[in-house]
Amino acid sequence: MTTRMVGEPVKRVEDPRLVTGNGRYLDDLGHDAFEVAFVRSPHAHARVVDVDVTDALDVEGLVAIYTYEDLVADEEEHGTRVAQALPLLIPHPTLTHGRTQHALANGEVNHVGEAIVMVVASDRYAAEDAVERIRVDYEFLTPIVGVEAARAAEHLVHDDVPGNVAARMVQETGDADAAIDAAPHRLELDLAIERSASMPMEGKGVHARWDADDESLTVHTSTQTSTSVRQAVAAKLNLPVDRVEVVTPDVGGGFGVKIVHPWPEEVLVPWAALRLGRPVKWTEDRREHFVSSAHERGQLHHVRVGYDDEGRLLGLSVKFWHDHGAYIPYGLIVPIITSTQLLGPYKPGAYRVEFESLYTNTVIVTPYRGAGRPQGCFVMERTMDAIAADLGLDRALVRERNFIQPDEMPYDQGLIFQDGRQLLYDSGDFPGSLAKLKELVGWDDFAAYREQARAEGRRVGIGMACYVEGTGVGPYEGGHIRVETDGTVVVSTGLTTQGQGHQTMLAQIVADELGVPFERIRVTTGDTRRFKYAVGTFASRTAVMSGSAVAVTARAVREKALRIASDALEAAVEDLEIVDGNVRVKGTGENGASVDLGAVAVLSNPLRYAFDEAAKRATQFAAPADPDKPPVAEGESPGLEASQFYSPPRSTFANGMHAVVVETDPDTADIKVLRYCVVHDCGTLINPMIVEGQIHGGVAQGVGGALYERMEYAPDGQLLNASFMDFLMPYASEVPEVEIDHLVTPSPLNPLGVKGAGEAGVIPGAAAIAAAIEDAEGITIRRMPISPSELFHLRLENQEAGS
Amino acid sequence: MSDVVSTGSTTRVSLTVNGVRHDLDLPARRLLSDALRHDLRLTGTHVGCEHGVCGACTVLVDGAPMRSCLLFAVSLDGAEITTVEGCRSADGGMGPVQQAFHECHALQCGFCTPGFITTITAFLDDNPAPTRDEAREAVSGNLCRCTGYVNIVSAVERAAELRREPTP
Amino acid sequence: MKPPAFTYHRPATVQEAVQLLDAHAGEGAKVLAGGQSLVPLMSMRLAAPGHLVDINHVAGLDTVEVTSTGVRVGALARHSRVEHDAAAFAALPLLRQALGQVAHPTIRNRGTTVGSLVHGDPAAEMTAVLAVLDGEVELVGPHGSRSVGAADFFVGPMETEHADAEVAVAATFRRPPAGTGSAFVELARRHGDYAMCGVAALVTVDADLAVTGARVGLISVGAGPVVVDLGPAVSGSGGGVDTPRARELVDAAIDPEDDIHATATYRRHLAHVLTERAVAQAHEAARGTRRSAA
Repeated sequence: MTTRMVGEPVKRVEDPRLVTGNGRYLDDLGHDAFEVAFVRSPHAHARVVDVDVTDALDVEGLVAIYTYEDLVADEEEHGTRVAQALPLLIPHPTLTHGRTQHALANGEVNHVGEAIVMVVASDRYAAEDAVERIRVDYEFLTPIVGVEAARAAEHLVHDDVPGNVAARMVQETGDADAAIDAAPHRLELDLAIERSASMPMEGKGVHARWDADDESLTVHTSTQTSTSVRQAVAAKLNLPVDRVEVVTPDVGGGFGVKIVHPWPEEVLVPWAALRLGRPVKWTEDRREHFVSSAHERGQLHHVRVGYDDEGRLLGLSVKFWHDHGAYIPYGLIVPIITSTQLLGPYKPGAYRVEFESLYTNTVIVTPYRGAGRPQGCFVMERTMDAIAADLGLDRALVRERNFIQPDEMPYDQGLIFQDGRQLLYDSGDFPGSLAKLKELVGWDDFAAYREQARAEGRRVGIGMACYVEGTGVGPYEGGHIRVETDGTVVVSTGLTTQGQGHQTMLAQIVADELGVPFERIRVTTGDTRRFKYAVGTFASRTAVMSGSAVAVTARAVREKALRIASDALEAAVEDLEIVDGNVRVKGTGENGASVDLGAVAVLSNPLRYAFDEAAKRATQFAAPADPDKPPVAEGESPGLEASQFYSPPRSTFANGMHAVVVETDPDTADIKVLRYCVVHDCGTLINPMIVEGQIHGGVAQGVGGALYERMEYAPDGQLLNASFMDFLMPYASEVPEVEIDHLVTPSPLNPLGVKGAGEAGVIPGAAAIAAAIEDAEGITIRRMPISPSELFHLRLENQEAGS
Repeated sequence: MSDVVSTGSTTRVSLTVNGVRHDLDLPARRLLSDALRHDLRLTGTHVGCEHGVCGACTVLVDGAPMRSCLLFAVSLDGAEITTVEGCRSADGGMGPVQQAFHECHALQCGFCTPGFITTITAFLDDNPAPTRDEAREAVSGNLCRCTGYVNIVSAVERAAELRREPTP
Repeated sequence: MKPPAFTYHRPATVQEAVQLLDAHAGEGAKVLAGGQSLVPLMSMRLAAPGHLVDINHVAGLDTVEVTSTGVRVGALARHSRVEHDAAAFAALPLLRQALGQVAHPTIRNRGTTVGSLVHGDPAAEMTAVLAVLDGEVELVGPHGSRSVGAADFFVGPMETEHADAEVAVAATFRRPPAGTGSAFVELARRHGDYAMCGVAALVTVDADLAVTGARVGLISVGAGPVVVDLGPAVSGSGGGVDTPRARELVDAAIDPEDDIHATATYRRHLAHVLTERAVAQAHEAARGTRRSAA
């Protein structure tokens, strides 16, 4: 009997390769390729007056130096579009002033790190030697850094964008202002979250090889979307799409930053390979990653809220300002997510949200794991805590009173989500989740513990935060499954993998759906040679989207196998089953007549030539056949394979609740997380081991975002901590153990009942930790992250205010 | 004169990597990480920051874990180096620390993993039966962005168990 | 991030090293020992020495010797070697107490204690240890050798009394009087980071366990290690160290600055708190030395 695989903590098939040093990441390719380095702007805002390459020309190993003018010349000569601005990937009607960067600066730089000159050399050492010797003359412009400066708009990032405003967007359900004004209790809060970044351990990287004889281009890139890079590169290089393939090697983490595309380097490296006729590679170094990839999270929020004596929301109005950096290639996704997902598991009463997305002379902002949700969660949960404090109520009770109830599902929040679809929660049991969380962390007993600790001279505090997360965003994903004649099952999906264990998780689904041993399944992701239609890996969507696509594909293969086998076994399709890779008649057990799927694959493909032993059985004289029927039946195609797609009407909404216990040092203001508890509901669990791993990693990023990580920009636009020395990602010594409990409310939207789990862990971190520090200290926390130095100063301010 | 000089040209360096001796002619500025990865094509050693903070490039030099991105290969003439590839079992399969990472789900993208494997291998040589706190401390010089470290700490404990088990 | 080209020298003796440094002083010749600070600076192209004189193959520098006056650490003794040396620990527990907080073990396996002193980072733990123990650094140059006491050795941030053509061959950490206990306490953003403030403390008690002297060395609150003699805060017989007075003394000596991790005000506060903690721990250790001697 085949064990059911879905739901089991199956060990990952990826691991044996990766732990032994046999992974293949971008820089593991192309040891002999030319290598690229860039002259990047050291200034945040300037005109490029002159580029002088004279001193670089005699650098040993130099191959080529390219500036924007070379890209323009190439356009004239070859019809390429490398000189043109990079695409605005996600247009939106309210994005009235969208500006994107050029692959190499066309006369103006808008952030420190923007690429101005590309150098190609024999290796990276030589390329950096040349970069160091290229002189650029600048005419300085005033840098605009931070939301306040952008709003003040005394100076502009882009001359043709008035007020530095790319977009202003409003959504409203009911009359929020009237509801707030009429409410018995009102509060206003200013809340801020600072910039952090995805910061995968492997930076970006691109390797390109042009085969002049075949007129084909093969690009390897460390991306979260190979299919869209392929289309973009073909368009930019004026190549037929058919001649371009994009392959994702092992990717050393993404967390959002690698969904953006095409990065300048994804266009320039293939272009250089094309022009030079030699493989070219660029491996981003850490410093480049800090100043020329993407950041996220920086937002200021103003909240007005009205509520009744029980703490129930009557009206909520949120206005916020989103700092999207120098350009806006990824559109308004992050602020749209904040504006919609901040509602969490609550009924807000009347709701109005307005945001402005602002240009600054800093690195661009695109989604980082959580993508606007950590900010939204921070806003809503701080508001909940403020209401509880105002009314003297238990913080959990206030939340509970505002929850959407299970019998109200599906629940329409009346807004439009990031996918252009309704913000409609499909399922969830928020009171059930809260009960589990309170039990797990010991919420009701904490007050006594806090008092006891106080008596011992210790300060401890507890906080909680709840979120709802739209996952599995469309429009679609697909799968292809083929059974080889040796019984191997080859599975492909177009989206990419950055360490989430997709090969394992998808194989579990196929094993169950097709009835084949897990060990016989091989999964490929992110290789356009294998599967050309896909969207990408973001928004916690792989299990939902590719998982469902692969499931429906497996079902199609299964049906085809049964049709073919029904002839061979002379039995009706509905009497057949597939167990352990063998098609057999139900009820006959292991000794009954059966045919293995490899043999079915042979039979599925009528042959003329017996190229191997198995093939003999499918050749034209091998067995008597009905002379009146075509060898391939009408409506069928050769091969035991299928390709199917899954396209849901809208996102499915996962949810969770975190509780944190912190201790603050009364003297040093050092902050330590003592306990971190998670209740998580992502519907059906395909592989609980992998889901818990995703939560662990998200929590670590949440702790990082709450206590350690921030991009420190000086007023002149210099990033002061562009290294791992000073951008403080937590080590093991900074991350707590994580206690997890699951609740399962399956999604009705997909065949597996799953919801996404990839981002969940990070979302409530800053909110819950802020609440816990506030509880320990008795000091209101309104901005995160917070350092011991900042907590110390809050204490001073509080003492002064109190005295 | 025993002074070895290298300018723009190369210097002969002898490195024994995972038990195999290699004589290489390298530019003086060649980082050990690059020499391992691109000259010897042992790409298991990864480069995550090139300023000695992340630990992905950690290898054992004469048994002690060091950041290969902070070493010039020429300076290590005569050294014995162990990379993640050298932490495999005798038959080329997963060694005990690698096996423990697999069992405990202690890796996701796998990019930082080689640095953890080498670090933990050396740590368990010194401390074959660590407590959980000691295990956590031992891996606190390596960055991982995926796992949140919980399962890595568990893998240290599991690897210690596996190393104690008699080999079948 | 790849280092610029340089001419590489691998001398076999200190004398050769000095000759090479002297010959190439005009081309920015530098000593390569552990390289844990130098190599990243080169990879970021913030340092571009034309010549590197690699002393890793010079015999006789990998030494940790306990003498009657203290512990002498050779130029090639890695932090971890010093940290784990049993005799050095017995003679001067402060070495291990501080070294355990220097970066991470992997860095300590290569980085040298003497190299860290010569680098002169005002956040480096061992600078305060040398200073509070009133140690000295031995320098060999083209015109002979000299010893420079810690008080004169640390000139400013990343600046020491070490000439370009000199090799720092050893540092001696002086043994404090009998009855002295020590402690090193610091607070860093992350475990292993440079501290926002750190304090090396020595407290001496007499046979009756009365405090006779106290001294601290602080990091990250000045241009170099800041040594404060807390003698004036030591109260009469049988007493300990007076905390408010100690704070005043520390306050007068330090000059912290703002940076992205901590404000000057906060560092000043930490200097108070950590001094108190370090002195308390050192005091306890001092009592321990008397008890175990008894």
